[in-house]
Amino acid sequence: MKLTINGEQHEVTAATLAALLADLDYEGGWLATALNGEVVPARERDGCALADGDRIEILAPMKGG
Amino acid sequence: MLELYGQHISSRLLLGTALYPSPAIMAEAITASGANIVTVSLRRETSGGKSGGQFWSLIQSLGVRVLPNTAGCHSVKEAVTTAKMAREVFATSWIKLEVIGNHDTLQPDVFGLVEAARILASEGFEVFPYTTDDLVVAGRLLDAGCKVLMPWCAPIGSARGPQNLDALRSLRGHFSDVPLIVDAGIGRPSHATTVMELGYDAVLLNTAVAKAGDPVAMAAAFGKAVESGRQAFRAGPLEPRDMAVPSTPVIGMAAFS
Repeated sequence: MKLTINGEQHEVTAATLAALLADLDYEGGWLATALNGEVVPARERDGCALADGDRIEILAPMKGG
Repeated sequence: MLELYGQHISSRLLLGTALYPSPAIMAEAITASGANIVTVSLRRETSGGKSGGQFWSLIQSLGVRVLPNTAGCHSVKEAVTTAKMAREVFATSWIKLEVIGNHDTLQPDVFGLVEAARILASEGFEVFPYTTDDLVVAGRLLDAGCKVLMPWCAPIGSARGPQNLDALRSLRGHFSDVPLIVDAGIGRPSHATTVMELGYDAVLLNTAVAKAGDPVAMAAAFGKAVESGRQAFRAGPLEPRDMAVPSTPVIGMAAFS
């Protein structure tokens, strides 16, 4: 299925958000995720099913003012 | 001592973590400033990327409290979602709430700001709103549940220093029990001292330190400036007078003519 991940188009096979992170080599307890504009806490990623056309944001700590 | 949402904070300088020449200089500057609170943000991580983790580890090693921001958000929805993601990553309910209304001045959209503040406060966030020096907006933010206010004194990164001392005085006078932090527009230590002398509780800045010729030395200078301004406020500064008043006694002067 086709997903938009951090603004870029990806063709993926992962069925859940947790599987997607693993497939794309995202790791670390510092990541925050959102699906179609709604926050998905880390503990809910295993049960978060993905569908064609979903928009996913994967964010990490960054410098800021 | 400064108290923000029930936390006692020893330094009245809050420092940003962006724009430094290197992470090492950032870390050294934070230490030199004496700041106990630093601002951080959330940005997209690239696949397999470790930059976020490295930055976060460095910040954690400094033993400071973090204040995540919603920088760059132009809508209530963006700001609220970013705040929720920040709460999870940084494990704090503190949020520096920014809802930007104008690209050129980075002026807050105060209408969106109040709305976002109300939503976040109702969901248990402890909101530090980046706002203008408008008195009525300040009141609305307090009504929305904010217990700290962070008015600008000039546009972000402009280094112009306090542009409207009357408005800052007015805010301080009206909200004498609310912690007020000047956020944005400070360029020099003397600017920080000026607002601290007015009775502001703290100062938040980033660019003035990070883009200085020597950020570490400037961080130390700001630390002293903030402390100096606070001490001066507590000491009760003299009010300006229209005429000269001699300081040397006039009684006992010799007569030579």
